[in-house]
Amino acid sequence: MMGRPRWLNPFAWWAWALGLAVMASRTTNPLVLGCIVAVAAYVVAARRPDAAWGRSFRLFLILGVWVIAIRVVLGIAFGAPDGGRVLFSLPSLALPAWAAGVRFGGEVTEPALLSLIFDGMRLAAILACVGAANSLASPSRLLKATPAALYETGVAVVVALTFAPQIVGDADRLRTARRLRGRDTRGLRGFGSVAVPVLEGALEKSLHLAAAMDSRGYGRMGHASDARRRMIGGTFLAALLCAAIGAYSALDERIPTTAMVSLLSGSIAMIVVAFIIASRARIRTVYRRDPWRTPEWTTTGVGLVCAIAAIATASSITMQGPSIFTMPQVPLIAICALALCLLPAWLTPLPPDRGRQ
Amino acid sequence: MIRFEDVTIAYDGSAIPVIAHTTLHIQEGELALVVGPTGSGKTTLLHAINGLVPHFSGGTLSGRVVVDGRDTATHPPRDLADVVGVVPQDPMNGFVTEYVEDELAYGMECLGLAPSVMRQRVEEIVDLLGLAELRDRSLLSLSGGQRQRVAIGAVMTTHPRILVLDEPTSALDPGAAEEVLAALQRLVHDLGVTVVLAEHRLERVVQYADRIIHVPGNGAPVQIGTAADIMRTASVAPPVVQLGRLAGWNPLPLSVRDARRNADPLRERLRTAHNSHPSAGTTVDALAPRLLDARSVSVAYGTKTALDNVTVTVDPGEILAIMGRNGAGKSTLLGTLVGLHKRSRGTVLVSGGDPADMRGPELISRVGLVPQDPSDLLSRDTVATECQDSDRDARAPRGTTATILRSLAPDVSVSQHPRDLSEGQRLALALAVILAARPPLVLLDEPTRGLDYLTKSRLVVALRALAAGGHAVVLATHDVELVAEVATRVIVLADGEIVADGTTRDVIAASPLFAPQVWKVLAPQEWLTVAEVEQALGGVR
Repeated sequence: MMGRPRWLNPFAWWAWALGLAVMASRTTNPLVLGCIVAVAAYVVAARRPDAAWGRSFRLFLILGVWVIAIRVVLGIAFGAPDGGRVLFSLPSLALPAWAAGVRFGGEVTEPALLSLIFDGMRLAAILACVGAANSLASPSRLLKATPAALYETGVAVVVALTFAPQIVGDADRLRTARRLRGRDTRGLRGFGSVAVPVLEGALEKSLHLAAAMDSRGYGRMGHASDARRRMIGGTFLAALLCAAIGAYSALDERIPTTAMVSLLSGSIAMIVVAFIIASRARIRTVYRRDPWRTPEWTTTGVGLVCAIAAIATASSITMQGPSIFTMPQVPLIAICALALCLLPAWLTPLPPDRGRQ
Repeated sequence: MIRFEDVTIAYDGSAIPVIAHTTLHIQEGELALVVGPTGSGKTTLLHAINGLVPHFSGGTLSGRVVVDGRDTATHPPRDLADVVGVVPQDPMNGFVTEYVEDELAYGMECLGLAPSVMRQRVEEIVDLLGLAELRDRSLLSLSGGQRQRVAIGAVMTTHPRILVLDEPTSALDPGAAEEVLAALQRLVHDLGVTVVLAEHRLERVVQYADRIIHVPGNGAPVQIGTAADIMRTASVAPPVVQLGRLAGWNPLPLSVRDARRNADPLRERLRTAHNSHPSAGTTVDALAPRLLDARSVSVAYGTKTALDNVTVTVDPGEILAIMGRNGAGKSTLLGTLVGLHKRSRGTVLVSGGDPADMRGPELISRVGLVPQDPSDLLSRDTVATECQDSDRDARAPRGTTATILRSLAPDVSVSQHPRDLSEGQRLALALAVILAARPPLVLLDEPTRGLDYLTKSRLVVALRALAAGGHAVVLATHDVELVAEVATRVIVLADGEIVADGTTRDVIAASPLFAPQVWKVLAPQEWLTVAEVEQALGGVR
């Protein structure tokens, strides 16, 4: 089933991660949220590639912890009392009349604190899902699968992604070089004196890269005329405008639904047209597109199941009246759906750079 | 195939053109070697072939450069991508993607080849250059020689008829360099590719060259001719050619094999020579204190062992060379000796103190390291301010660094930006900065990368002077000829372990890979350098 090592289509990983994220966004049940993060972490550990971006999952987890902390601190400082058992109370500040409704400090109740923590956990779990997709799906393979019209933007992203670890390496090297000159390597001054040479080095590198790309034929396109380029730009702009108005009308009840639907579908049509025109102007081809086979279907499928389960059982997986002393209920359907989401850890091929060890 | 018609190239703001009134014609299927001192315009000449000069670099080009019937004036580099493949000096700078296989395909994607053609060509190149093991690896994880071969493969997939390489072996150890040169040989012989190659390490490449293009620099006319003709008079020459010139051999030998066939009379002369025993290395004063005493040092990066139980001691007056493959742990060892890396085991004492505990002036007055890229040490925008900074760091009297710099490289102007200096001048500046604090132990990491023979001989003089003055010098290098010239002792590292430690003569003579050219020519007699032979013959005359 696993097959020989190859890259799983990056869209499959994103679909899977979005399924998990939908589940996370629909619940504040700490048990479910914990399971989501655990599932994401397990699959990442089993299937992440050995590249720099494959290690980004940890950063997203750390970010999640910060989000919980900030959410709790801000919530305690500005939160409104909910009633329930008072845990402790902070000195409160009497605010002037114009700020009525805003509270600063005061009593902190148990339900308020718990719901803050659970709410923070929900955000952290969503971040973990995004982080998982980020470290499982190769950005450059995602770029390969995007339409040719977006190619230029994509190249910039990929170059930035491969440059970032190199620049971190440069900064490290220069910091150690400061030590060799008998200077302090710590503190703001240490940072400042390294920043300029690092930027100089990065600039020089980018010039070398540009020369290398040029001599390998980058930008050898079927010479799009100025008129055509203007047409592509104009169509994209119009599509964006339609999409913005459509999105606004979706929120405003006074605008009839038919108008909204026609605006939105019009913008989508225009984007498609712009992509087609732009793609015709390119002669670039793509080497070995990632296929879409059983592992991709499985991965996308379990993500979809997870999202459907989350939406269908929304009422049963939310926490009601949280308290330290009541165990959260165990929503069976959600847990089963999450267990399914573990499957890609076995049913997908290993990434090639880990497969041949 | 490549035709230069009265080409003159000048950069803005410089009075003399880099290349003046050059006319040359490189035939199809030729391997042309571009030689010349550092900064003489070799890279400019190479980049003119695919139009990077002047389309990308700026400057003015007069005359015509015609490549496969296309004039570079009307064809920018991207329109020549299907004819000329260019491998940059540092292949890492030219990589666009993350993985080997994607990199091999990148050029073809730009040219819009059909997916089935791309697939087939990638397989061909993988076989031709022996990249099968590497195809799924990330480019960052490759060693220097592997990167170079991937970079060659990446430009070869578009089937260019011309391949241009800028110093492809200068950063490589002797083994990896031979791998790359063997790959080039196959391209020339099997596919009839025209190769134009610039290189400083002539001892590695000169025997493969059909013709040599000599760029003397300073606007002097560019010469082109057969390898033997040009080598007779060129300003740069590998040891085997210098030996041939000294012995008056005709035709001039270009390879060790040619030279050995002529060498019998010379060996005979040397046998009877007055001073037939080559001078031994400097004797070490047994009573002087140890400058460096590192015992059972181990260093690990994560789970990977970089150094394993390494013991090194150095006395004043010694010049110790550390050799070994790319990635064998040479740089890590030097770094550990100045306390840059955390040891997992072992002790390091430099003049009696542990460098890991020292900071600031205390550290730099005991040990100094010139890193692989000397510009890492330099952060100011003129040589003068750099020197002042260095005096302050070292608590030395004003002008100390500038005085040392003048003695190492008299031609450096203090108002220049360190980045505008030539490789050799930059190395001299970095060395001056380190020497300002008068450290008794001086470490140099790969000092001859990108240096021509003249600059290298200046470095040799400077290193010998340091050793004579009671300093100890430790070099990490791939350059066997440099080791033969200066080192008194050699350590060979492999996978972080010491596999050989002994006098230069014992260690490098025992290895077919590390033996210098003169040794290979005159074996079984034990001569390491041209200078030794010259001195011995001087006694006869």
